Amino acid sequence: MSALLAILHRDLALLLPGGQRGGTLLPLLFFLAVAMLYPFAVGPAPDLLARTGGGIVWVAALLAAILPLDRLFGPDVERGFFDQWRLRGIAEEAVVAVRLLAHWLSFGPPLMLAALPASALLGVHGETLWTVEMGLLAGTPGLAAIGLMIAALTVTVRGGAALAGLLLIPLAVPLLVFGAGALSTGGRSGLALCAAMSLALVAIAPFAGGAAIRAARET
Amino acid sequence: MDVCRLAATDLACRRGERLLFRGLSLTLGPGEALQVAGPNGTGKSSLIRMLAGLLRPFAGSVERVGAVGLLDERAALDGHQPLGRALAFWAKIDGGEGAALAGLGLEPLLDLPVRYLSTGQRKRAALARLAGQGAPIWLLDEPLNGLDRDAARACEALVADHCARGGAAVIASHQPFALPGLRTLALPGFAP
Repeated sequence: MSALLAILHRDLALLLPGGQRGGTLLPLLFFLAVAMLYPFAVGPAPDLLARTGGGIVWVAALLAAILPLDRLFGPDVERGFFDQWRLRGIAEEAVVAVRLLAHWLSFGPPLMLAALPASALLGVHGETLWTVEMGLLAGTPGLAAIGLMIAALTVTVRGGAALAGLLLIPLAVPLLVFGAGALSTGGRSGLALCAAMSLALVAIAPFAGGAAIRAARET
Repeated sequence: MDVCRLAATDLACRRGERLLFRGLSLTLGPGEALQVAGPNGTGKSSLIRMLAGLLRPFAGSVERVGAVGLLDERAALDGHQPLGRALAFWAKIDGGEGAALAGLGLEPLLDLPVRYLSTGQRKRAALARLAGQGAPIWLLDEPLNGLDRDAARACEALVADHCARGGAAVIASHQPFALPGLRTLALPGFAP
C-alpha cells in the first residue's frame, strides 16, 4: 500500500499541470484556444454562440484529451519502471489504476475550471453552463479511462501518439452524444447515462491497461 | 538474508523465427554465482529476462524462491529528478533504509539531475538501487558496461559481498567478471 502511495505521489508530481513531464499545461491551453477560435470563425452572433457554445466546449475537451496520451506510459516502459515494479510484486493493474486517478486529477478538474472562461467567451451561462460543468464531471473520467487504455495498447507502436488520437475520437463518441446531448434535451437522463458509461470504462481500464503493458513485454 | 533458490529446467528461447538456445537447465542456491557467457546475440539478455519472469520461455520452466532484483541497461530513474530523489523513490517502495552508496562514489552526484549523468554513472546509480532493494537473487545484465576500472572493481566487490551474505547472482556478460567461486555457463553450447 505504501508502495502504491509512493507511485501516486510520483504520478501526480509528473502529470499535474506544472508537473515535470513536459507540456502538462498544453491540454488546457489547447482547450482554451479552441474555445477562443470558434467565435472568430463563425462571427459575432451572440444567440448562435450561446446555442452551440456548450457543444464546442465538449468538442474542445475531447480534443484536449488526446494531447497527454503519449507521455502516460511510454517513458516509464522505456526506462524499465514497469519491469522493476513487477519484480517487486506490484501488479501492472495496480499501477495503471493509480495512474488513472492521477491522469484524471491532472485533466478533469482543471478542464472544468478552464470551461468557465471558455463558456464566458462563447456566451454560455446560467442553466446551460451548469449542464456543461456537470457533463464534464460525468464524462472526463470516461475520457481519461479511454485515453489510458489506448496509451497502454499503443505503447510499443512507433508514432503511437498520432494513432492514439485517431483511436480515441470514435471511442469517445458515445460519451459526447450523451454528455453534450444533455444540453439540447435538458433533464438529467443524458448526464446519468454519461456517468454510467464513465464508471464502466473506469472499472475496466486498469485490467485492459495492465494486460496491454504485460503484452508489450513479449514484443 | 532469506533462503533463496533459482532453478531453470529445459529452457528454450525463441526470438522471432530464430531459436537462440534450448535444453538449458541451471540451479542456483544461497551464496552461489553464475556467469552466463557468450558473444552478442546468443540470448544472454533474453535468458536474464526469463529468469526474472519478465519473458515467457518458449519451452521449459523457471522456479524462483525469494525476491529478484534486476539490473539491465535501463536504470529506471527519472531523468529530471536529482539522483538523490530518484533513488529515494525506490527506497520508499522497497522500504529499506535507502540505497547503499558505499564504494560506488555517488555522493558528489546526488544533487545532479539523472539526465546529466554519464552511462557509467547511471549504471552505478542502478547498482545502488539494486543493493538497496535487498533482494536475495540478483540478475545482472552486462553489469560492467560503461563502468571504468575502479567502478568495475566496486561492482565486483558488491556482488561478492552479496554472495557472502547468502545471496545468489546470475551475471550475463561477455567480459570477464572477477568473483571467487564464480561458475561459468557458456550459452553458445546450447544453440540448436
